[in-house]
Amino acid sequence: MSKTILTADDSASVRQMVTFTLKNSGYEVIESIDGVDALQKLEGKKIDMVITDLNMPNMNGIELIKEIRQIPEHKFVPIILLTTESQAEKKQEGKKAGATGWIVKPFKPEQLIAVTKKVLG
Amino acid sequence: MNLEDNQKVFKEEAYEKLAEIEETMLELEDSPDDSELISKAFRALHTIKGSGAMFDFNDIVAFTHDIENVYDLVRDNKIPVTKELISLTLSAHDHIKNMLDDPDNESEEMFEKRNEITNAIRSFLPGNNKAEDDVNLQAEVEEQLSDVYTIYRIRFKPDQELFITGTNPILLLNELREIGESVVAAHTDSIPNLKDINPEFCYTYWDIILRTNSEISAIQDVFIFVDDNCEIDIQKISKDDDFDIEFNEKKLGDILLDRGDIDASALQQALQKQLPVGEILIKEGLADSDSINSALAEQQFVKKIKDTVRKVEVSSSIRVASEKLDKLVDLVGELVTGQARLSQIANNTLNSDLLTVAEEIERLTAELRDNTMSVRMLTFGTTFNKFKRLVRDLGSDLGKEIILKTEGAETELDKTVIEQLNDPLVHILRNSIDHGIEPPEVRKMSNKPVQGTVTLSAKYSGAHVLISIQDDGAGMKAESIKKKAVDKGIITQDAKMTDNEIFQLIFMPGFSTAEKVTNVSGRGVGMDVVKKGIESLRGTVDVISQPGKGTTITLKLPLTLAIIDGLLVKIGPENFILPLAAVKECIELTRQDVEDAHGRHVINVRGQIVPYIRLKDQFKIKSKKLDIEQVVITEIGNYQIGFVVDSVIDQHQTVIKNLSKVYKNIDGISGATIMADGTVSLIIDINNLLRLVEHENLAQYN
Repeated sequence: MSKTILTADDSASVRQMVTFTLKNSGYEVIESIDGVDALQKLEGKKIDMVITDLNMPNMNGIELIKEIRQIPEHKFVPIILLTTESQAEKKQEGKKAGATGWIVKPFKPEQLIAVTKKVLG
Repeated sequence: MNLEDNQKVFKEEAYEKLAEIEETMLELEDSPDDSELISKAFRALHTIKGSGAMFDFNDIVAFTHDIENVYDLVRDNKIPVTKELISLTLSAHDHIKNMLDDPDNESEEMFEKRNEITNAIRSFLPGNNKAEDDVNLQAEVEEQLSDVYTIYRIRFKPDQELFITGTNPILLLNELREIGESVVAAHTDSIPNLKDINPEFCYTYWDIILRTNSEISAIQDVFIFVDDNCEIDIQKISKDDDFDIEFNEKKLGDILLDRGDIDASALQQALQKQLPVGEILIKEGLADSDSINSALAEQQFVKKIKDTVRKVEVSSSIRVASEKLDKLVDLVGELVTGQARLSQIANNTLNSDLLTVAEEIERLTAELRDNTMSVRMLTFGTTFNKFKRLVRDLGSDLGKEIILKTEGAETELDKTVIEQLNDPLVHILRNSIDHGIEPPEVRKMSNKPVQGTVTLSAKYSGAHVLISIQDDGAGMKAESIKKKAVDKGIITQDAKMTDNEIFQLIFMPGFSTAEKVTNVSGRGVGMDVVKKGIESLRGTVDVISQPGKGTTITLKLPLTLAIIDGLLVKIGPENFILPLAAVKECIELTRQDVEDAHGRHVINVRGQIVPYIRLKDQFKIKSKKLDIEQVVITEIGNYQIGFVVDSVIDQHQTVIKNLSKVYKNIDGISGATIMADGTVSLIIDINNLLRLVEHENLAQYN
């Protein structure tokens, strides 16, 4: 069975690119536009991995990670944070909140797949 | 969805962001110190650059990169917002818009404009000549693979709370395994007692010894997400080059010392005891057993690598006369027989010393047997060239364009099997080329490529090798085969047969479907000879065909001829061997079953009627009638046939001895074997026996 990945990003073009890339590699993708939306879509579903942007309105990536780590079913789910090179301290903060790894933007589809394979096995 | 759709979405988004930038700039003119506005501008530029890179707008990315850098500094209050900066940003904004409108415009004008703005922007950057010329610089340097292998020692001690970050350490270890040859040793000493365990914690840590030709950065990359909260220690132990020079593998104590698992005084203390260092260290509580085992694993790994590096230079092969090999196989066969006797005697005496020796000999003999058999193996690929030539020559003789595709060249078969396969394979290939592949003009009409393809392939299937010859020719029509078989008197008009059964008729003696006899094939002596040849190798032949699509003939052959697994059965006072490969199951035959069948030799096996042969009657062995006999159900081709015996004894490793010339043509017996007690058992050739019985019955019937 193919694995399901939840993405959270407020940029439509990034969302579309991420979904396109992941689906091409055989993953199921659920899209969400921010942290609040992501938490709603997470509820009661079996999610194998989360990819979230850092800067989002309503609830940002760090807050989202903290929330997810509080939910028993999703406590150990791998979470990838999309950051930018100038946000090194944010990377640390994300790590502390419980992010599994990160991808520095801008990234190429191959990089996204490589990291996904790395944390998802 | 494709890349173009994606680019469209990006463009829409970029126009939005550009509008945002324009608006922000105009507001900034009034309040140049508003940090919120500056961040907004930065974020917009950042999104354009970030998304642009993903959708291959590389010119926009490179161009935006410099402005973004400037705004990064503005954000940090390192550059003030000036009128010049704002107007420059606005002209950059216009330029990006132009690039978006017409991404393929590479005119001189655009280029100049771009350079002009870029230079102006760079003048804002401190030490502006250092500004990165090209954003693509950040593209990762291709991983360098060299010929030099290095051995690394890696200690990976994860943070206890590793799991809560969603990390699976096993995946990281697997990733390391992909980089090179490795051994992994786990340290489990810090796992607490069951009552103290928190199942959400990771208590284990690992030592990995890795031999790789990748750079050390490849190893560091594996741990890239965990390097700040896990203890990762990567040490270079040695290079393969080192082995060329005088190289001694390190002593256990030295390795532990290197790793910091013990200190020098502990080592000294231990060495004085003159016992294996590892044992002492554990006993004295100076190191735990996992550390010792891990260090030992490293020692062995390095030694192994060293050995293989050296071996490369000396490994070679020698040519041996095949008679010598045949003799060797004979002798091993004798040895297996002798060993079986030894084991039986040892079992009877109950002498434990003797039993130990007998078991040792049994193990060695089995190993020797396997080794000897493997020496006789040849790859099937050695025959391919000959067949390629044959197909080419025959094809041009017949005016057909045919290529032979080969698969499974690495499949190994006993030398004798390969030699004896030659004639049957030539015959089958001829048939495929002559009858199978149509002439070019016919192929053209049926929309097939003019060039016909014959595929010869070999693959393993358990203790057998499957060799198949497949053509993409005309195939066979079950109807015309049946008609021909009726004409030739092979079957009767009202015979009810499945298509598959009908195809098997081509292997009957005196059958030929070719309309006219050519000098290549079609004399009707072909396929039955093939079948006999394969059966003499204890193999089977199967054919499937689809009209218009082609025909596939599959040969199933045993891996080796000299020794087989047999089923030892008893009939009266005599032992017989049935080849185990053909045996499907053994069931009981009671006197009641026989009476229920009213004199017909059939038995009901879970609703299926299976005919059987009474070996006792066939071999005219006199013994008293039993209430319960055994039926060994075998599968021959697509049929099931039972063989009735008095009792089934055991599986028996059978060394095949050929019968002397005088007995060579006895039907139903393929050879003999010597039993552990020195007596001789005959090996039943079930195919041959079945044919014999069929002939006898037909003769009776007629």
